[in-house]
Amino acid sequence: MEILVCVKRVPDTSENEIEINSSGSDIQRDDLVYSVNEWDNYAVEEAIQIRDNVGGSVTVVTVGDDDAEEVLRREMAMGADKGVLLKDDAFEGSDGRGVAAIIKGEVEKGNYDLILTGAQADDGAGQVGGMLAAMLDMPFASLVNRIDVVDDKKINVGREIAGGNQEMNEMSLPCVLSIQTGINEPRYVGIRGIRKVASVEIPVKGAADLGVDAAVIGAANARVKRLDYFVPPAGEGAEMLEGGVDEIIEKLIDMLKSKGGIK
Amino acid sequence: MARQIFAYILHKDGVADDTALELVEAARRLDASAPVTALVLGTGADLDKVCQEVAATYKEVWKVDNAALSYPNAEVVRKVLVNLIPKGAIALVPHEHFGMDLSPGLSIKLDAAYAPDVVDISALEGDKLTLVRQEYSGQVSTHVACDLSAGAVITIRAGAFAPDESRSAGGTVTDKSPDAGDAGVAGRKFLEIIEAEVGDVDITKSEVLVSVGRGIEDQDNLEMINDLAKAMGADVSCSRPIVDAKWLEKARQVGTSGQTVKPKVYLALGISGSFQHMGGIKGNPFIVAVNKNAKAPIFQAADVGVVADILEFVPELAEKIAEMK
Repeated sequence: MEILVCVKRVPDTSENEIEINSSGSDIQRDDLVYSVNEWDNYAVEEAIQIRDNVGGSVTVVTVGDDDAEEVLRREMAMGADKGVLLKDDAFEGSDGRGVAAIIKGEVEKGNYDLILTGAQADDGAGQVGGMLAAMLDMPFASLVNRIDVVDDKKINVGREIAGGNQEMNEMSLPCVLSIQTGINEPRYVGIRGIRKVASVEIPVKGAADLGVDAAVIGAANARVKRLDYFVPPAGEGAEMLEGGVDEIIEKLIDMLKSKGGIK
Repeated sequence: MARQIFAYILHKDGVADDTALELVEAARRLDASAPVTALVLGTGADLDKVCQEVAATYKEVWKVDNAALSYPNAEVVRKVLVNLIPKGAIALVPHEHFGMDLSPGLSIKLDAAYAPDVVDISALEGDKLTLVRQEYSGQVSTHVACDLSAGAVITIRAGAFAPDESRSAGGTVTDKSPDAGDAGVAGRKFLEIIEAEVGDVDITKSEVLVSVGRGIEDQDNLEMINDLAKAMGADVSCSRPIVDAKWLEKARQVGTSGQTVKPKVYLALGISGSFQHMGGIKGNPFIVAVNKNAKAPIFQAADVGVVADILEFVPELAEKIAEMK
């Protein structure tokens, strides 16, 4: 099975507190630690496991600048066979539809049976997979937490729905799936693994290589644009307990007792 | 021409979802002068019940009865909606697992803008709609401009728009089934729902929950959470990353994709407080949050907060409670 996984380089929220710059035009990007979007990492692991079971290859693709190459290498160190960087000045400022249109170009150049994305990334939009599928007229399922390969034309896919329940669907290939965290346990990538792929050539493709529709990409064609970042005025919020640890614990125990929290 | 707004109504077993009331409020906030139509898709007697219920809130209700819609397969629903929603209209959809399945592709097929997971509406000037979204799991908010000139699909976060239940619409139900076109799709077929496994503890019945999140850092550290829960006479629950890491079973996960709990006391330890997690806590419990990040969203939802590293704080708290007993 030929599998394409779309990945994104994002600030690692487990390593960073996200703060806003003084003008509100962006988050504070100095000193941020970046990594591959957590959901995408599960998608790559799933692709690798499918390939190892049924054969084929895994290609990771990202839309970004030169820095984005590092996440491709990381995912290749995990076991992806190939990386492709989609980079062009014309791509800058694209909205979700623009990004989907760019990736569509790569899908049409290849011969993929299965296209995976993470269920969402840093902006919480969760849009590119569903848009890409609609543009390609391929079936789509979101929030996928299980993939069973039936044969080379069909897979059974579990979706995470409310209450911990799972919705099973039969999907025909090729299709697009957005992958939810928890579908597998992504393997650890060590420095040695990354060194091994450090010199592998990663092809870079631009708008002309991909035949992207110029009318939907870039900031000028974005129908949805971020205007600013802000911190909403805080509500009342919690009563913060302050003082020494012993003092805080004493207060907290009194409160828990009065609310029936200690039996 | 007046702007038209459509609201997609989620329903189950003949009852409309709470979001039905929230979407009509979102529509009013978006453009109070725009006519709002509820779209209710399904089949049989349950569908008629939902339409009657929804007509109390929406002046116009469009019903589509088709056996292919007995289970809401997003691909089938999308096909029907593309036939029904006129060009340039705005479609509001709840931002949950079905809305996330349906909406991005719907926006492409309608050639409309897509604004996901909207939590507030700021302004409308001509075709420029200014919305509020959140990024980085709610750590920061953003204003977003959405161009409505070609229409838009907007998904609305559950709970973000408080419904005004006093409004009575006395709406009319119109059967649009003949206009819905062919509802058949190839490529994706619903098979079955696999119910969540029942764990060794039913946290939905717990009065006191000690709930642990990403701040626990390592599986071995769970021991201190168990010790604290034991000292308090509480049950242990968790947020999503703990289940993803397979450190606790899915049945202990609190949140929209896990269990809905209604304890008296909820102790959130190293949990950031994403809306998906908070969406699983009902019944207005007394919430205590301990987190080393003073800006964690959980402190907005909690009654009492402590800024501390749970790895240091929890053992001391457990010890003091155990001593006291």
